[in-house]
Amino acid sequence: MFALNGVTKRYAGRTALGPISLEIPNGRTTVLIGPSGCGKSTLLRLLIGLIPRDAGTITFDGVPVSPEAYRSVRLRTGYVLQDGGLFPHMTARGNVTLMARHLGWQQSKIHAKVRELAELTRFPADALDRYPQELSGGQKQRVGLMRALVLNPDALLLDEPLGALDPLVRADLQTELREIFCSLGKTVILVTHDLGEASFFADRIVLLNGGAIVQVGSPSDLWHRPADPFVTRFVQAQRGPEVPV
Amino acid sequence: MNAFRLPAYLALWLLAGCSAPVNKPVVIGSKKFTESIILAEMGTQLARHAGADARREDLGGTPAVWLALTQGDIDAYVEYTGTIQNDIFKNPSDVDAALASKGIRKSKSLGFRNNYALGMRKDVAAANGIAKVSDLRRPEFADLRCGFIPEFFDRTDGWPGLKKHYGLPQTNIQTMVHSHAYRALVEKAIDLTEVYTTDGEIAQYDLLVLPDDRDFFPAYEAVWLYRTDLETRHPKVLEQLLRLEGRIGEPEMQRMNSRVQGERKEGEPQIASEFLRQNLGIELQSQTESTLARRILETTYEHLILVVPSLLAAVLVAIPLGVVAARLPTLGKGILAASGVLQTIPSLALLLFMIPVMMWLLGKGTGAPPAIAALFLYSLLPIVRNTYAGLTGIPASLRESAEALGLPPWAILWRIELPLAAPMILAGVRTAAVINVGTATLGGFIGAGGYGKPILRGIDKFDVSLMLEGAIPAAVLALSIEAMFGMIERLAIRRHTGAG
Repeated sequence: MFALNGVTKRYAGRTALGPISLEIPNGRTTVLIGPSGCGKSTLLRLLIGLIPRDAGTITFDGVPVSPEAYRSVRLRTGYVLQDGGLFPHMTARGNVTLMARHLGWQQSKIHAKVRELAELTRFPADALDRYPQELSGGQKQRVGLMRALVLNPDALLLDEPLGALDPLVRADLQTELREIFCSLGKTVILVTHDLGEASFFADRIVLLNGGAIVQVGSPSDLWHRPADPFVTRFVQAQRGPEVPV
Repeated sequence: MNAFRLPAYLALWLLAGCSAPVNKPVVIGSKKFTESIILAEMGTQLARHAGADARREDLGGTPAVWLALTQGDIDAYVEYTGTIQNDIFKNPSDVDAALASKGIRKSKSLGFRNNYALGMRKDVAAANGIAKVSDLRRPEFADLRCGFIPEFFDRTDGWPGLKKHYGLPQTNIQTMVHSHAYRALVEKAIDLTEVYTTDGEIAQYDLLVLPDDRDFFPAYEAVWLYRTDLETRHPKVLEQLLRLEGRIGEPEMQRMNSRVQGERKEGEPQIASEFLRQNLGIELQSQTESTLARRILETTYEHLILVVPSLLAAVLVAIPLGVVAARLPTLGKGILAASGVLQTIPSLALLLFMIPVMMWLLGKGTGAPPAIAALFLYSLLPIVRNTYAGLTGIPASLRESAEALGLPPWAILWRIELPLAAPMILAGVRTAAVINVGTATLGGFIGAGGYGKPILRGIDKFDVSLMLEGAIPAAVLALSIEAMFGMIERLAIRRHTGAG
């Protein structure tokens, strides 16, 4: 879906990311993981031109992602932020249908789409007319997801979508999200710093450190065939609860 | 100058239709003091007697009225020869020729002089042995407390010239409004003030006018100044105006002035028509005396004519400016600085500055247009600044969300950013509206009408109830605008109190 070649991003003269070359396969879930400041969110933003790259090429479905193409790429991708990035002056429904209304869809089509998405994300119908600050964290994420899916995009980009949720809600939503990803069969790119979450979702994990890719592989590749000592350290740093016997 | 043209046109375009120049009435100007108003009122009634549609326009001091006359906003007003000689022109060899070069003529004397003089309480003067101006030279009077109006303090035919001519030692000088100087003198807060020899207060407070024993003050004969074209446009009106030549004596003028200034606070129109009836045998059907409610309704309407167009124009210009400032930071700094500088100009100065600007733009330099233009400029800053702050205060994550959706920039502005900034912008408009209502009262200085008119007349006549007639409705209007915006804000932002 996305292909990156020699992509570089500099901040204040210092290289923050890259050069990175990477293929993101169609219809699979790719997880970008790494410690804070490793460039994983930057990489996600570069894909749809939210920040401009300084060097290298990116193609989306074979088409170069140039400033002129940003809009068409964005219309074919859905983007979900950590806190949902919901517009506080619109209801849940208003947020979800914003693009459809902007593109001039018919009311009946919009209604049908909202109903379908609410069902898919298990969002309660009676909460559709509430404003974001009247929704729980998990509900906000569901609205964010609905908003990203409304134009039926080819790819779904998620930046720490569950980062702000408490553990129980998070676990439930992880399960649901994975089901949704499976049922939709879309290309998914998800950013997280949690290896457990990454392993749960990923067909393929891309581990980044200091703006460079350290290893690309399946979760078990990272566990059993670490590319270098950093991978080992990163994997072992994710500990489970220590329960006294 | 071009930067002013667009917003100024916009402000006036909103007023279009309110000032049709067809059948232009005769306008008699006056300065803002009783005598000038009484005489202008006589002129207005005489013009009506000649069958013309006429009205009186109360303007500020000499510069404003002279400007209005030369620009054709007014057709005639009563001036004093000493002022023409020394103040309007700087001692020309031939006054009539100097006037003619501006398209103006002057009449013969109306019969009285209104000279500058120095006045004191009789008891204070007697206690110090002061009987004439030259007595003030004695060194022990160096600390005498003097209160002069700013114009007298500055003019070469006023204090600076007098001081030099007599070699006066006084340095303890405050400048104040004429009516306040009289009050201060009576209350013994000051010892000496300048007076006009026809002032009603001289008799009212039984003051001593110090004789000008070394002939410094020039003669101030009252004369009509009128536009030369009045002879062809309204010959009958001019004929009537000139009937006042030689008809008003000094005691008569002083008596009329004191009837306005004194306890009875009679209206200038009544006094003027009484004089015309008794001396010229002119009987005009008296204009119906306006009631308080009617006057307030009228000033409220005039005030809104200043406030509403200037505020609307400011909203239309300032919001786009704020958007540009938020989008282009370098240009934005300039915009914010420029609108900030506008705010530091004293409002009265800005108002007076607008007179020639509006003259150049529209050919009308007095009344509402310059006031609207000044109020427009004054209302810009709060709206520009709040629009800027509202837009730049939107969290980056929201702007990113909007971009990521694939909304084009204008749709992001329209659907996301402006609604999110709306509470801030509205607060800015609210501030601008309240400042606007208050500042518009200064419009009274340039004949723009509104609540400033009774306030300024009240200050001049020391008539508290007249001051309140302007001040109370102005406060009420400001409060109701506050309340109205408060309601709009609650309706508009009730829903997303968590915004930002």
